[in-house]
Amino acid sequence: MSTRTLPLLFINLGGEMLYILDQRLRAQNIPSDKAKKVMNDIITTMFNKKFLEELFKPQELYSKKALRTVFDRLAHASIMRLNQASMDKLYDLMTMAFKYQVLLCPRPKDILLVTFNHMDAIKDFVRDTPSILSQVDETYRQLLEIYTSLSGGEFQLIRQTLLIFFQDMHIRVSIFLKDKVQNSNGRFVLPTSGPVPYGTQTPGLIRMFSCSGEEIKRVQFRDGGNYTAALREGSFELFGDRVTKLGTNMYSVSRPVETHMSGTSKNSSQHTKVNTLPNPLAKEELNLLAKLMGGLEVQKPSHTDSGFRVNLFATDEEEEYVWVFFIHSSDKQANAELAKIMGEFTEAGDSSPSSSSKGDDLLAMMDGL
Amino acid sequence: MAKMYHKEKSIQIKSSASALYNNLSVLRIAPRCLTYFTVVHANVVNMVSASWDGLNYSHRQLQSKEGNVATSSSLIMQAAWCVLPSRDLLVLTSQKGIQMYESDGSIMVYWHALDTPETPTAQAVFARGIAAVRDKYICVGVSSGSVLVFDVPSKGSNITLSEVLEEHTEPITDMASECSGSMECIADLVSADDSGTLCVWKSGGDFQLLNKIPGFDTSCSSVKLWKGTVIAGYGTGQIRLYEGVTGILHAEVNAHARWIYSLDIAPFTGLLLSAAEDSLVRVWHLTISPETNNVEIEHLYNECVTDSQICGAKFCDGDGYAFAVTGYDLSEIIRYTQA
Repeated sequence: MSTRTLPLLFINLGGEMLYILDQRLRAQNIPSDKAKKVMNDIITTMFNKKFLEELFKPQELYSKKALRTVFDRLAHASIMRLNQASMDKLYDLMTMAFKYQVLLCPRPKDILLVTFNHMDAIKDFVRDTPSILSQVDETYRQLLEIYTSLSGGEFQLIRQTLLIFFQDMHIRVSIFLKDKVQNSNGRFVLPTSGPVPYGTQTPGLIRMFSCSGEEIKRVQFRDGGNYTAALREGSFELFGDRVTKLGTNMYSVSRPVETHMSGTSKNSSQHTKVNTLPNPLAKEELNLLAKLMGGLEVQKPSHTDSGFRVNLFATDEEEEYVWVFFIHSSDKQANAELAKIMGEFTEAGDSSPSSSSKGDDLLAMMDGL
Repeated sequence: MAKMYHKEKSIQIKSSASALYNNLSVLRIAPRCLTYFTVVHANVVNMVSASWDGLNYSHRQLQSKEGNVATSSSLIMQAAWCVLPSRDLLVLTSQKGIQMYESDGSIMVYWHALDTPETPTAQAVFARGIAAVRDKYICVGVSSGSVLVFDVPSKGSNITLSEVLEEHTEPITDMASECSGSMECIADLVSADDSGTLCVWKSGGDFQLLNKIPGFDTSCSSVKLWKGTVIAGYGTGQIRLYEGVTGILHAEVNAHARWIYSLDIAPFTGLLLSAAEDSLVRVWHLTISPETNNVEIEHLYNECVTDSQICGAKFCDGDGYAFAVTGYDLSEIIRYTQA
C-alpha cells in the first residue's frame, strides 16, 4: 500500500532493538567500552549512507521473512553474537513493542513522533561520537523532509500498511503483561479514557444548524467513555518535546526482560502459520537491503583479550539461558572454549546463527575442533 | 439506558480483518433466507454465507488479481456488493485494479487494470470506494482522485468503462449512492477523499457535478447519502450532515474519540451506525422534516467492542433490526440484534 512505510518500520524496530541490547549489556555489567562499541557499531550500520539511500526509496514493504533477514544481519554488525533462540526472542520483543506503539498512537501522524522518540534516544547513545552523530542527524533531516508534509490520510495509509504487516501477531511479552497493557491472550488493552488525539474534540456534543447557518439546537449525549481534552501537540522538529511516551525506552536497568511464546492459538481459524525464521541451511531471503547490510565492514578489535558470555534473556522462573558471544579470532583458546559452549546450546541441526561472513568464521572454527 | 441491542453468536471467518476503512459488506438475500458477509484480510476476501436459522455457514475466499496472473499478493483495499435492479455484483478494489464477480463470488466477470508505474512512486496507487448507482452504473474511486464510472449490462460480462470523473485531487476514500429508494432525489452519488472534500453527483450518460463541499484538512473515511443528506465520518471522530445539493451544514457531531472507519444507514427507519478505532459502535437516528428541510440527529445507543479497533460496521437489514461488526485482528464477525 503506502510506499513510504519501510523507513519508519526499520528505524522504529531498530530503535527497540537498541533499547533491549543496551539494557542487557548494562544489566550484565559488560565493561562500558565493549558495550559502547557494540552499540556504536550497530548504529553506524543502521545509518550507513548507502543503506539509507536504498531504504528511503519509495517501495512496498518487505515480507516478514525478508525484514527478519535484514535485522539478523544488523544484530551481527558488531563483535556480538546471538544464537537462533536469542535472535528470535529479540525480534519478537522488537516487533510486539512497535505493534503496540502503532496501535496506541492516538492519531496516525503520531507515528512520526514515535519515530522521533526512537531517534532522540539513538542520538543520545552516540552523543560522544561525532562521526556517527552526523549520520543520525542526516537521517533526521531525511525524515523531516519526507514525512512532515504528509497529510493525516497518508499517515493513516502508512499505519494501515504497518498493521497488515503486524497482523495476527499476539506474542505475549512479560513487560507488557506486568504493566497490564497486554491481555493473557496476547491482545493489547485499548483504553476508552484519557486525552483525545490532537485535533479531536471529546465526544458528546451534537450541534444542529438551520438553513441559514444559525445554531438552533445543542444536545449532549452519553459517550460511555472517560475522555479528556487533547494534550498539546508534540514537536515535529529536529529538537523538541514529543509529548507522547510511545517510542521512549521502556526498559529500566533492573527490569528483567523476556518473552513467552504464545504457543498454539486457541482460535484455530486465526492461526495462519507464518514462518519468519530464516533456516540457516536454506538460502536466506536475500533482498537488496540485506545485501547492503551484510556487505558493510565493521572494524574487528585488535587486542587479544578473551571474549566472554552474556545472558541475553535469563529469567528467574525459567532456567533458560541464551548466550551472547564476543568473537576474537586472534585468541584461539578462548574461541575454542566459546565455540564448545555454543555447541552445547544450539538446537540440533542449527549450527550457525547467521550465514554472514562473520558467521562463516565461527563455522570454520567449529569445524576445526 | 435500556439495552437496545443484544449480542448474538459471532460468525467465525477464515482469517482476521485488516485495518481498512469500511471493512465489512453485507448482502441480504431474502428469497433464499441467507445473508452474505465479506471481510478483507490483506490480499484475500473472506466471504461467508449465513443461513437465517443460524444452522448453515459456508465459506469462500477470493484473492486479488494482477495482470495475467490469477492470484497476487497485491493488497485489497475494499470489497463491496453492488446491488443493481437486474443483478448483484461483488466488487474488489486493490493496488492493481478492480475485480467484479457474480454475487456469490463464483465467477469473475470483469477485470480492470489500474495504470501502475514500473517503479513505485511516492504516491501509492490503488482503487478504493465502491458504489452502485441507479440502474446500471458501478462507480469506483482511485488514489489519484479519479472516479471511474462503469456501465453494467443486465447480464453477462460486457461491462465497459464509460466515464472518468476528475474532480478530486486527493485519494478517494469512500463513495455512496442515494439509498432511500426515492426517485425524487436529485443527487445520486457522493464521493469523498483524504482532504475531506465531498463531491455530489447526478448520474447519467454524462455524470454531472451538482456540488463540491470543501473539506477542512481532515480525511473523510466513510460517507452515506440518504434522502439527499450527505452523512460524512472523519478522521477527527466527527460526523457531519450536509444537504447534498446546497452544501448546507445541518449538524455536527463530536461522535468518536478516534478515527471513524465505518458508517451505515438503515434506509427504511433512518437509523445511522458509526464505528471507530475507539472500540465504539454508536446508533443514531436521523429525521428529516420535509417542510423545513431541517435534519435532526439523535443519539440512541452505544456498544463497546472491548480492546478492538473497529474497521467495519453494517446493518444487516433495511430497518436496522440487526447489525454486524468487524475489528482489526479479529477473526469473527460480531452480531447484534434488537432486544
